[in-house]
Amino acid sequence: MKLQYLVERLDLKILCCEDKLESDVSDGYVGDLLSDVMANSSKGTIWITRQSHQNIVAVASLREHAAIILALGKKPDDDTIEKATREGIPILATDRPGFEIAGRAYALLSNDRPFRTDTES
Amino acid sequence: MNRAYEKTFSVEGDNFDNAGTASIEIKKILKDLRIDEDVLRKTAIVVYESELNIISYARSGNITLYVDDDTINIDVKDEGPGIEDIDLAMQPGYSTATEYIRQMGFGAGMGLYNIKSCSDLFEISSTPNVGTRLKIIIKRNGR
Repeated sequence: MKLQYLVERLDLKILCCEDKLESDVSDGYVGDLLSDVMANSSKGTIWITRQSHQNIVAVASLREHAAIILALGKKPDDDTIEKATREGIPILATDRPGFEIAGRAYALLSNDRPFRTDTES
Repeated sequence: MNRAYEKTFSVEGDNFDNAGTASIEIKKILKDLRIDEDVLRKTAIVVYESELNIISYARSGNITLYVDDDTINIDVKDEGPGIEDIDLAMQPGYSTATEYIRQMGFGAGMGLYNIKSCSDLFEISSTPNVGTRLKIIIKRNGR
């Protein structure tokens, strides 16, 4: 699923990297502990978080996330946007709570792909 | 690859503004070397957690990347407080991080545990008040 489609359906504000919305979203992850996100999220993820400092960009870049979504009106630091622009990681924002965004995104992504089975890794 | 690749990155303690810089550069190098996706993922986690450990706890440190046809070798050496009880430090969830570090979402006590999980060989040694050394080898699958 294209990031652009999720941005429209979830009514997300685009804070940077508008030119990266054609990338594919394949998964999502919710977390505020950077080690957890680093270890357990996957490539092409939309990462929903309340962390807004610049260190989130390195995590998203290293794990090749499709975008970071800041939930519940969380504003990013200036240097977060600067770094994200440099690394090409879109930062998206919403006033809605993370639970709602995760649920809606999950529903959209689930319709877009078959359920994972236990035999798949 | 015909010849091995080696590079050392220095990391400054307490400099959270540049956290991840060495890891991002290492990942770009490995991508250029066409390292497999899964090996790339493991290496990124190992290097990132090692970099953050130096920044969070040590005065300074070095991460040396050495890549040959069969393996990715990562040597981490820092000058800092060292670790008194390595078994305890290896336990997931155990952390000595300050409140400031935790507020940023670091210091969950998963760093060393995640490094070990991603390594095919993992060695740790530490001298209190001197520093800590890690030696990590990740095999390049099917090569």
